[in-house]
Amino acid sequence: MNAFTQWFLDRAPALDVVYKKHMTEYYAPKNFNVMYYFGSLALLVLVNQIVTGIFLTMFYTPTAAGAFDSVQYIMRDVHWGWLVRYMHVTGASMFFIVIYLHMFRGLMYGSYKKPRELVWLLGMLIFLALMAEAFMGYVLPWGNMSFWGAKVIITLFSAVPVIGEQLVNWIMGSFVPSDPTLNRFFALHVVALPLVLLLLVVLHLGALHEVGSNNPDGVEIKKHKGPNGHPLDGIPFHPYYTLKDLAGVGVFLVICAIIIFFEPTVGGFFLEHDNSIPANDLVTPATIKPVWYFSPFYAILRMIPSKGWGVIALALSIIVLFLVPWLDRGKVKSIRYRGLGYKIALTIFAIVFVLLAAIGADLTPGWIVSIFGPNADITTIENLFGRTLVILYFGFFVFLWAYTFFGWEKTKPVPERVTTHA
Amino acid sequence: MHKSIERAAMRTLTALLLALVVAFAAAPSAFAEEGGGYPDANINVHDQGSLQRGARLFMNYCVGCHSLKYLRYSQLASGLGLTEKQVMDNLNFTGAKFGEPIVTAMPEAGAEKWFGKVPPDLSLEVSAKGADWVSAYLKAFYLDPATGSGWNNTVFPNVAMPFPLWQLQGEQVAVMNPAEDGNPATVKELELAHPGSMTPAQYDQAVRDLTAFLAWVSAPDELVRSHIGAWVVLYLVLFTLFALVLKKEYWKDVH
Repeated sequence: MNAFTQWFLDRAPALDVVYKKHMTEYYAPKNFNVMYYFGSLALLVLVNQIVTGIFLTMFYTPTAAGAFDSVQYIMRDVHWGWLVRYMHVTGASMFFIVIYLHMFRGLMYGSYKKPRELVWLLGMLIFLALMAEAFMGYVLPWGNMSFWGAKVIITLFSAVPVIGEQLVNWIMGSFVPSDPTLNRFFALHVVALPLVLLLLVVLHLGALHEVGSNNPDGVEIKKHKGPNGHPLDGIPFHPYYTLKDLAGVGVFLVICAIIIFFEPTVGGFFLEHDNSIPANDLVTPATIKPVWYFSPFYAILRMIPSKGWGVIALALSIIVLFLVPWLDRGKVKSIRYRGLGYKIALTIFAIVFVLLAAIGADLTPGWIVSIFGPNADITTIENLFGRTLVILYFGFFVFLWAYTFFGWEKTKPVPERVTTHA
Repeated sequence: MHKSIERAAMRTLTALLLALVVAFAAAPSAFAEEGGGYPDANINVHDQGSLQRGARLFMNYCVGCHSLKYLRYSQLASGLGLTEKQVMDNLNFTGAKFGEPIVTAMPEAGAEKWFGKVPPDLSLEVSAKGADWVSAYLKAFYLDPATGSGWNNTVFPNVAMPFPLWQLQGEQVAVMNPAEDGNPATVKELELAHPGSMTPAQYDQAVRDLTAFLAWVSAPDELVRSHIGAWVVLYLVLFTLFALVLKKEYWKDVH
């Protein structure tokens, strides 16, 4: 320990306690697999969004008259502005890829089960805040899809009984998305929601480090401690997992760099073509659809024939995720030792989620034409297909409850100690 | 046993995800105003000669009505490898200063009166509609006495814009399908009635140049990006390898 560190510790000994608790003496299971990279990657992307966002804020103009021009100013006149903006745009999409995989990991290995329910709930709140953050950020460039996307999404609140219409006008601060809407979204996007996100991330990690990380075997490593009081199957987070995650960060950054430098629009999925046209309340894009990361939920909304029920289904599709720790009554955590029914159900659920994304992104008409020919009744086939998927989406949660509540699940014996490592 | 099932499941999922990525990539990307189904524009924004010829075409035939308000003359010079003198002598016909954006000299009020709408700025045209659309559009004008300008377009029916390149391509006329069952007649194909100053092959090349130029204007960062991108990726790959070696070294004592 050098003199500088000693000087610091003499004056703030509590910092050392915090550092040890969360880094050098936080014991994580030694058998993490590839699914366990996405937590630290999500943190990395969050930092990227904040840092690049600060620089974008320096040059962006939050007015309906100036927003679109200022984005082009960033892309063309500000030194390295295009790089900072592409990092922010790519970061937004990668954030959702990473978070979806992180959540799927939780479902695979039962990371939401006792004693980690609070970790899951805080994670779900992060997901909710992230969706709000992403939606408002998407509106800021004030392209035509920003405008119409904002209009459609905000108008969903008109489904609220009695006060619906007033609620919509209150959110917009006007009767259509316009200057007041853009100003408040800017404030929420760059100040309010980032603060909420950071607070929730601190709580999420705090709650996790209290109970300890789950692992691919779903066994509690704290049950077997060595003479030194540390879990036998645990290793200090630092330096072991900091270095392992650093390698994961390297692979992740290679993928991000390929996107940013060679295909930043990702064929219109990360940056939509319609957003190259300035917001215009008189010209509607051919199809109004949200960015790809909202498309599974948007598909659920679209597939329900009534607006009111559609909005309710949309809300339920997210609320039900909060309830997973209580819907799943099974005691076995990891998919490795769970019944075949769970393995099949989770696989179907993952496929359904991706196919719903395809419907929400409006890819299905093309697929239907190529399968059934040019005269196919696209609407009927898409509705049949989409509604089946919606039933399967909710069916997963119903099945999960029934399967574990009535004791239909035939689990395998769970080992006492973790079975794999490195 | 359980691990092989898990591995098989993971492999199935990976395969599915990959299949979906391919499906997404192959899907005709939804450009503004129906982008799909046009022939490949076959452009190369890395061909500086093509971009320069495209810029000349734009400044001779397009800038009379259309602006490129997000591009400065100075950026035209630096991006296309031209000197300030070359740009100001050969490509700037509006008297704008070198550092100013490329804005048409046509007054908006007049444009509205003459064409019914103000000709759009084309800075982001390729980003919005795709190079294939722009290329197809520039080849799809035909004579039509029924419209105000005397021109019509199969890619953009009843477009307000008259065809500025007619001296180059010549005049196309439409061969119609007969009207049937109350449906109006539709265009079957276009035929070159009066050849222009260019052969069809030369005109194709001119459209390629002009489209490539507009593609570059839409995203001038692409030339810089692709230039440094390979080095960034190479650096990150090396970084990852070092990180892996370091990780292996530290994990030696984990059993």
